[in-house]
Amino acid sequence: MEPRSRSFYVLSAFFALFVIFLYGPVITIGILSFQGPKGGLTFPMNGVSLHWFYDLFEQQAVGDIWGSFRRSFALGLMVMSVTVVLSVMGGMAFRRKFRGSSMLFYLIIASLIVPSILVSLGVGLIFNILDLEVHWATSGFGSQLTWTLPFGLLIMFAVFNRFDKSYEEAARDLGATPWQTVRHVVLPIIAPMLIGVALFGFTLSYDEFARTLLTAGSYNTLPLEIFGMTTNVTSPVLYALGTLTTVFSFFIIGTFLTIVVFMRKRQAKSGTDAGSGLV
Amino acid sequence: MTKTKKIDPSKRAERISWMLVTPLSCVLGFFLLLPILTIVTVSFWDFNEWSFFPDFILDNYVYHLTSAVTWATYLKTLKFMVLTWIFCAGVGFTVAYFLAFHVRSLPVQVALFLVCTIPFWTSNIIRMISWIPFLGRNGIANSSLISLGVIDEPLEWLLYSDFAVVLAFVHLYALFMVVPIFNTMMRIDKSLIEAARDAGASGLQVLTNVIIPLAKPGIMIGSIFVVTLVMGDFITVRHMSGGQSASVGRIISNEIALLQYPAAAASSVVLLCTVLLMIGVMMRFVDIRKEL
Repeated sequence: MEPRSRSFYVLSAFFALFVIFLYGPVITIGILSFQGPKGGLTFPMNGVSLHWFYDLFEQQAVGDIWGSFRRSFALGLMVMSVTVVLSVMGGMAFRRKFRGSSMLFYLIIASLIVPSILVSLGVGLIFNILDLEVHWATSGFGSQLTWTLPFGLLIMFAVFNRFDKSYEEAARDLGATPWQTVRHVVLPIIAPMLIGVALFGFTLSYDEFARTLLTAGSYNTLPLEIFGMTTNVTSPVLYALGTLTTVFSFFIIGTFLTIVVFMRKRQAKSGTDAGSGLV
Repeated sequence: MTKTKKIDPSKRAERISWMLVTPLSCVLGFFLLLPILTIVTVSFWDFNEWSFFPDFILDNYVYHLTSAVTWATYLKTLKFMVLTWIFCAGVGFTVAYFLAFHVRSLPVQVALFLVCTIPFWTSNIIRMISWIPFLGRNGIANSSLISLGVIDEPLEWLLYSDFAVVLAFVHLYALFMVVPIFNTMMRIDKSLIEAARDAGASGLQVLTNVIIPLAKPGIMIGSIFVVTLVMGDFITVRHMSGGQSASVGRIISNEIALLQYPAAAASSVVLLCTVLLMIGVMMRFVDIRKEL
């Protein structure tokens, strides 16, 4: 190997600064959320305490944090499941060209580039005109799907672009029906990537703000609740909440990534476990 | 049984494809296409203080397009977009270049890449809030600058200013540049770079004549993300400028707050056309289907 050039060290320093830029602020509020009861929104620390975390658990102190957390969590799971299922189905369909496929493809891209506030406004208007009540589990759910589905589908397109068709041919030669081929060959091979799609589905929904703004109705999701707090709460309780949700996000990301690593390892160990169900 | 056999296999395959995309098309149809059509329709409707009703008037557009505020706001939004794009592209390219060409082992590459993408899966609002203790009047930036003797008075323009808006945009959206550029760079055949070196190209020449041209699709995809996210934004601008700066998204959200839905719809249609025009131009330089 050739020795490291000087530009390597310059770029390493740049990368390190970028990482500090990415994580520094979040770490700062993480520290400040342990501010003493008399402390303010900035340094210096006025003692160290769990005061602001206790505050969060007292319902009256701030809005309906726990209710909104439960709703966001449930919505995240709903969006995640639907995103995974529809992305796999869409990914499989797009392996062949079919009539209307390029139009649908552009619709998927459009879903990504249409400003979120337009989706929010449009869905809100439809429900308003049809005299339906907006609710996070109906209008909010659908609006969030327009943000998570394109990510899921683009990942699946990339996965199937690299998919080795000979596995399927082998299964077919052995007499597998199309459904058996999908169930026992295709799905096990793409399983780790499905966890990736699920990660996108859950986290993007859990943090979504603009598309839920006009479509969540009278029961807020967590990001809406937090945004409401930013305008009227000026104590470190905001940081405590920010720290908790970020820790929760890290926990979710860590769980999903661990599952991916675990699945990859298992696949590597047994070659591919495709077909084991057929025997 | 005989009946199914008569169906041409390619037609059967097409039918299966359609069945597979039906739920997807329904979701996008009802929650994307129909909302946009509704917005276009409502933009011609009339409204008063408490309701809006069907009509066919152009007043909403005339008002929106002849208002000096609109033009000034578009100019401001474009300024935010250009600045954010420049910084995101610069930072994103440099980081992706470092990861793709200077980190030599794949596991380290993957690990560092994940470090860059994890914030994408956390809350944008929290990431915005987290700048307060850093940029505030008595924040870390000001107090360290004062203790270093660089300034005597705390800088007022750090938080709640255009500077803070652009900083937050770069903080939020730089990832959208890193990921696609890294993706295209990883697919560049390393032997091309060796060939260029063997032919006598300097490091800089390799960068400008080999890597940048080959990474262009990634840069374009990242740019599409950054442009659309900044053009449609309304919370980052509101939050980081302390409500002092305007953006097109904020015009719309203000009109929504005042329940002037037809006016908001007309502003939305204009914004959508602007964004689609920009994306249309950028799409000419890249075939997204090829890049997946």
